[in-house]
Order: sequence, then C-alpha cells, then structure tokens
Amino acid sequence: MKHFSKLISDIEITNKTNDKIAALVSYFSSAIDKDKLWLIAIFTGKRPRRPVKTSLMKQWCIEISNIPEWLFLESYSTVGDLGETIALLLPKPTHKIDKSFSKWMEDIIAVRTKSDEEKMQFIKNAWSGLDTQERLIFNKLIGGSFRIGVSKKTLVNALAKYSNIEANQLMHSIIGNWNINEISFSQLLRGEHINYDNSKPYPFCLAYALEKELDELGDINDWQIEYKWDGIRGQIVKRNSEIFIWSRGEELVTTQFPELVTAVSKLEGDFVIDGEILALKENSILLFNDLQKRLNRKNITKKVLEEVPIGFYAYDLIEWNNKDVREQALSYRRDLLEQLFSAQKDNKVLSISETIKVNTWKELSPLRDNARLKDSEGLMLKQKNSPYHTGRKKGDWWKWKVDPLTIDAVLIYAQKGSGRRSAHYTDYTFAVKKDDGLVTVAKAYSGLTNEEILEVSRFVKKNAIEKFGPVRTVKPELVFEIAFEGIALSKRHKSGVALRFPRISRWRKDKPVEEIDTIESVKQLIYSPN
Amino acid sequence: MKLVKFTKKGIYCIPGKFYLDPWFPVDYAVISHGHADHAKWGMKHYLCHDDSKAILKHRIGSDITIESLPYNRQKVINGVQVSFFPAGHIIGSAQVRLEYKGYVVVFSGDYKVKNDLLTTPFEPIKCHEFITESTFGLPIYNWLEEEQLQQQMHDWVLNNQSKNRTSVFLGYSLGKAQRIMKLMEGLSDIYVHSAIHNINQAVNTSGISLPKTKLWTVNSNKKDIQNKIVIVPPALLGSNMIKRIPNAATAICSGWMQIRGNRRWQSVDAGFAVSDHADWNGLLTAVKATEAEKVYVTHGSQAAFSKYLNEIGIYSEEVKTEYGTDEDETVVKTKTEPVS
Repeated sequence: MKHFSKLISDIEITNKTNDKIAALVSYFSSAIDKDKLWLIAIFTGKRPRRPVKTSLMKQWCIEISNIPEWLFLESYSTVGDLGETIALLLPKPTHKIDKSFSKWMEDIIAVRTKSDEEKMQFIKNAWSGLDTQERLIFNKLIGGSFRIGVSKKTLVNALAKYSNIEANQLMHSIIGNWNINEISFSQLLRGEHINYDNSKPYPFCLAYALEKELDELGDINDWQIEYKWDGIRGQIVKRNSEIFIWSRGEELVTTQFPELVTAVSKLEGDFVIDGEILALKENSILLFNDLQKRLNRKNITKKVLEEVPIGFYAYDLIEWNNKDVREQALSYRRDLLEQLFSAQKDNKVLSISETIKVNTWKELSPLRDNARLKDSEGLMLKQKNSPYHTGRKKGDWWKWKVDPLTIDAVLIYAQKGSGRRSAHYTDYTFAVKKDDGLVTVAKAYSGLTNEEILEVSRFVKKNAIEKFGPVRTVKPELVFEIAFEGIALSKRHKSGVALRFPRISRWRKDKPVEEIDTIESVKQLIYSPN
Repeated sequence: MKLVKFTKKGIYCIPGKFYLDPWFPVDYAVISHGHADHAKWGMKHYLCHDDSKAILKHRIGSDITIESLPYNRQKVINGVQVSFFPAGHIIGSAQVRLEYKGYVVVFSGDYKVKNDLLTTPFEPIKCHEFITESTFGLPIYNWLEEEQLQQQMHDWVLNNQSKNRTSVFLGYSLGKAQRIMKLMEGLSDIYVHSAIHNINQAVNTSGISLPKTKLWTVNSNKKDIQNKIVIVPPALLGSNMIKRIPNAATAICSGWMQIRGNRRWQSVDAGFAVSDHADWNGLLTAVKATEAEKVYVTHGSQAAFSKYLNEIGIYSEEVKTEYGTDEDETVVKTKTEPVS
C-alpha cells in the first residue's frame, strides 16, 4: 500500500495534469503487475462489490473514536465524504501494516463472505495499522467511488505515454471485458482481449458560436439547418456486428445505453454515425439532469431504464461500409444517412435530426427564437459542401443558440456541496413570490465565482436558522438572476413549473427582495413566442 | 458575579468599563492580537501586549493612543486587574485575564496550544469563566506534529526544485507568513511579498528576530527566485503577480487544508494544514485546564463544540461575535489586505 499511497500523494499534491501523468508513468514503471492491473480496475469503476455495509463502518468508527453520533454526522456534513470523515476521526495508528495494494484488494474481496464479527476484526485491524491517508484509500477501496484526481482520460493518457499505444485503443482495452486473474498488464495494454479495429472512433467535428450576420453566410440554400439539441454528443460505431458508443469525452459509454445498442443492431451494414443522445419520454425531451442518471453508472437498472428512456438524433454519417467518408460533402453524407434510416421508420429510439427548410434568412430568426418550444437550445447551421472536420474549425459549422430566459429570485435554502465544494454553501434553492409568501422555483449549483460563493457562505452562516445538519434556511434577502433554457408546467414541482438547466447568471445586489418575480410572471414565460 | 457581558459592540467588562476586541469604536479597547477581526480601527484607547504594539500601529495607524504590557504584568482599570498571558496564536497574541473581587474571567482571543518555536507558547490559566474560540472545533481537525508537517513541506519544496520550479506559499501576512518562514528556514532563500515584508519589519522593531528573507516585488529579477521559496498573501491567488513567476508550484497553508475537498476547491497545487489555531484536542485540553465553571464558545464551530462540552459535563454557552471573518478563519481572504 505504501507505493500506492505515495502515488496518490503525488497525484494529489499537484493540479498539473502532466505531473499526474508523470506520477502514473513512474508507477507503471515500478509497480508489480497485479498492482497495476488493480489500479486500472479501480480507476475505471471495476471495483469488487462492497464487502461491508457503510452503516457498520460508521458505527465502528463512532465506537473507536468515542464521540456521540450527532458529532459524527456534523463532522460528516463538514467533510462531505464518509471514507474521509472516518479516516480523520480515528485515533492515531498503533502499528504498521505493510501489504501490497493487490493483497489488500484480495483481502477485501475475501472478507465479503465472512461473518460480521470477522469483518469487524478485519476493518478495525486495518484502521489501526494505517496512517490517515492510507485509511482514506482503504475506506475508498471498500466502497463508494474511487475518484482521486485521475479521470479515465488522464489514466489512458498515462498508459499511452508509458506504452506508446494509441489512447483510444487503450480506452477500449481497459473498458473492455477482462479479468484480473486471466490477463497480464502487457496483454491488457496490447488489447489482446479486444479487436480495436472494430471500435475505433473518429475525432468529433465541432462548431463555433455564430459570430456573423446571417446575410454574410451567403445563399441559404447552401446551408443545412437543424435544431441544436442539448444532450450528450455521441458517436455510434458498428463494425462486424460489434457496436460501440463513444461520448465526446472519448469515453466508451456503450453499456450505459443498452436500448440504443439494441436499436442500432437492427440497422443493416457497418457504419459510424454522429449524433446526440437525449433523454426522451413520450416525445418530449427530459432535463439534462435526468440524462445524467444514465452516466457514471456501472449497471443500468430496470428502474432507470424506465424512468429515463433515451433516444438518439443522428446528425451525420462518417463511415459507410468500412469506408471513411469524412472528406465527402455533407449533402452526400446526409443522403447516405437518410438511406440508412429509411429502412426503419418507426424506431422509437433512433431518429434522424430533422432539417429545417426555409427560403430566406429572415424566416429563420423566429424559428430560432422559438426553438424552446421544441425543447431545443437553438439552431445549427452547416455548409452543405463541408467535410467532417477534425475538431473545431471556423466557417463551415455554426451554432446559433437562443438567449436564455431569466427571472429574479431570492435565496431561501443553502446546502454545502460535496467533495471539493464541501467547505462552502454552494448548492442553493431559490424562490419567487406567491400570494403573501414564497415558493421554491429552482435549484442552482453554478454561476458564481469562488469569491461570491465565499460571500454567500458567510451570509448563510450568519443568517441561518438551523445550527446542525447540511441544509440551512436563510432569511430571504439575497436576490439572484436565474437563467434557464426552458420552462414547462409540471405537476411534480410545488411551484407548478419546471425550469430547464437553471443557473445563476448574476447576483442582483442592486435589487431588493420586494422586486423579485412572482410565480404568475414566471408562468407567463411559458409558451410565449417572442 | 457578572464580570463581562456580550454586547453589540463587543465583549464588555462591566466594572472595568472597557471592551475586549470590540468590533465597533469604543473608548477603551483591550486587544488580544493584531488580526483585523480582533484589532479594529477607531478606538480612543488601545491596550495590547508589547509585541503587538508595533503591529497595531502598522495596521491601524501610527497616531493611535496605545499602551502595552508584557505577559503576566497587572494593570488595574476601574478596580479590575487586567493581565496578558501567552496565547501561542501569533507573535504578540495574548489571552486576557480579568480579575475583580477574586472572580476571574479569561478571554482566549485566538490560540493554539502547540509550540511553533516562534510565538511564546500558550499557557493555561485557571479561571471561573473562560471565553474560548472554536475555529476548528470538530474532531476531524487534528494537526500533525510540527516535525511531520515540516517534513511534508520540505519534501514538496525539494520535489519542486528537482523539477526546476519555484515554490510559492500562500499565507496571511501576519502570523502564517512568519510561521512558514520559520518552517522553511535554512532550506532555501525565502522571498516575501511587500505586505509580509512590512509586517516583518514591524515585528522586528519589537526586538523579535525572524528568519532571513528578501523582499520580492514586481520589479525583482525573475531569475533570482527560480527554484526558491516565495511567500505571498492569499489574496494574490490567481493574480498576475503570481502568474508572472515562471514555473511556479503553489500551496495554500491553512488549517482548512486538512480536508481534501478544500484543497481541491482552490486552484492550487498543494495544501498544507498549517494552522495557528488549536485543533480539536487542543481546544479540549485548553478548556479542561482552565477548570472553568462556565465556558463561552465564540467563532467557529460554536454550536457543536458548546453542545459537546455540555455533554461531557462542562457548562457551556455559545456566543455570537464578529470574529472569524478573516485571516486563518476563512479559506481565502478576498479583501482587506493591501495588494502589491
């Protein structure tokens, strides 16, 4: 564990990605094979099942550190992480256990089937034989997510640097099916268990925000115009009956979207298509927050599948029967895409992103202004003869987003964030006027600078009604402008409305609380074409 | 006996007719230490420890009416015996002991119980009533031994040097900066920002010798600081002044850095839990040593710490004050410190 703990320290003591990569490369150059495999496993979410309930770990920690339960909970709400809270609360170690990282993992797996008494022995012994940092690591290995300063991407880049193997291939390798007892580190890197040729994605073609007048774009007939969708940009690769879904972050997300895999398997031929994954229920697009429920999960449960069904809007076709067609004109690729989709008209999951047909630029402006009615965030303008560029290139593809809606609302609840935000009140609930009182209308977590967060935190500390626990009710005094992408009536929300992607656009220090919006004025924003 | 009461202007000594660290202008203020939330502007008369005198003059104004005392020397004000005892928080920091007709109240100001080899070490004082801070009044706060902490920071600097990087520490100009200087003494040349340099000079006039440092300004030669140590106030985090340092690695020094989330929230490389406040066990030890029959808990985790004291049989009340709004008590200070 010493070696692994040193690696974590090296990673934690810098915020420079190159330093993190260098620390990982040095670990790969010196650690034993099994340890390296376990490192890849836990950083990619391939952890063994939790062997001990968190409630038991909490109880044992309270016993050992001899504090009341409320003080444990108060500490937990300050730290924002259970494993770390326990690591900090326990008394100093009494002895030193020196086991390799992989041996720890094997022991953790083995203890799962033991009795509670034996589990307690194992955990308590580990706690008293590890220093604070090692305990934190140990607690994280036992359960919860192991996210310590290394993204999958950083891990893959470090492996690439260490091995000179292409990063996307490594991404496929480490995410593919492999068993720690049946593969060596070098076999894993070489990808002997996968066929990378089948999964290889292309770099995404990205658009810039429109910075010209529409007239300057020339003849409107030279442009393909679509709605812009706010989901997860994805590339679907189908080759030799294998299907892979890549996200824009160059992560493989295939297992998160099983219904998409099923739908794609019904399409004939081999291809690579680019498009948007959206949470789609009864033809309306759900909030992006809902879609996030599908990400970062190892197993997609039936419940999540039913709650957040997804759909895919295809934008482009970039490989057709094993031939790279990125250099062909967009109009040609669009024809191929339509041809591919024509075979399956009534597929609920897969559809083609509709193009908008208008004759003049003038006609386009109102469509963009009212894009919200379609749950869209604006328009995409693409030159019909453009190739599928690598990355961002100015001129051929433009995004033309609709301006956000705004309301003025007052802060009424504040909550400490988790992880890096745990020291401050960063998660806010806002209200608008209703009759003589207030009604909550939105929660927002972003939009303020760190300094503003400190200022709000100080206000919350001074004006909070509760003293314990994570949530604080505050005097309704601070007014913020909340921006959002859309608004709809909702029975699930107390206010009767749901805002789409709300965030704080600015702190209205100039505005007294009497002047905030009312729920009636908020509702007027619904279905009101500009 | 009611010797002190908590008012809107600050902690008031009733028979003595003076205030302890008031936050509004009053006629007579007894000051525990030089941090801005304890030593405020506008008092007609200041009384502080000898080593704080030059600091207060530097921070508040050279024309203030100020008197000072060494530790453990009495001054009688309206029949109240006032004396200072070491608080171990920063240079010149004192606990204020008040005695009237045999009844003793001690106001801790801010304090730490471990010896930092720079500040006169904390001394527990028996009293009837003890007014304690609680900045780090949760059991998750337990500081490392000074040697271990120093080792961590040295390792970081040496590692930076091996990568040809300059080590930049962010710490408050009064207190933390001198502490960092002491921890880093002898490891490498130490450069300090002018705000720290000025405080150092004020401290030197009290006859206290600090580790050797060099002044670093925007006009200094960048090559001089390469691979060296630079200490700047936290307000400079993200400023152009720091960005101008080639190959800088940055670290915040604060008790809050004990928690990973706080380290990661800041856009710095490293965070070291260097605090000038007592940790959980420090607070408990200090409170118990006073044998006070009543403990008032001020700024920090006052609700939790006070509740816990009551549960272990020490009568306690929490008190609302205006302390704890800057210096070590916020993770990063945003203003009040003159920048560059």
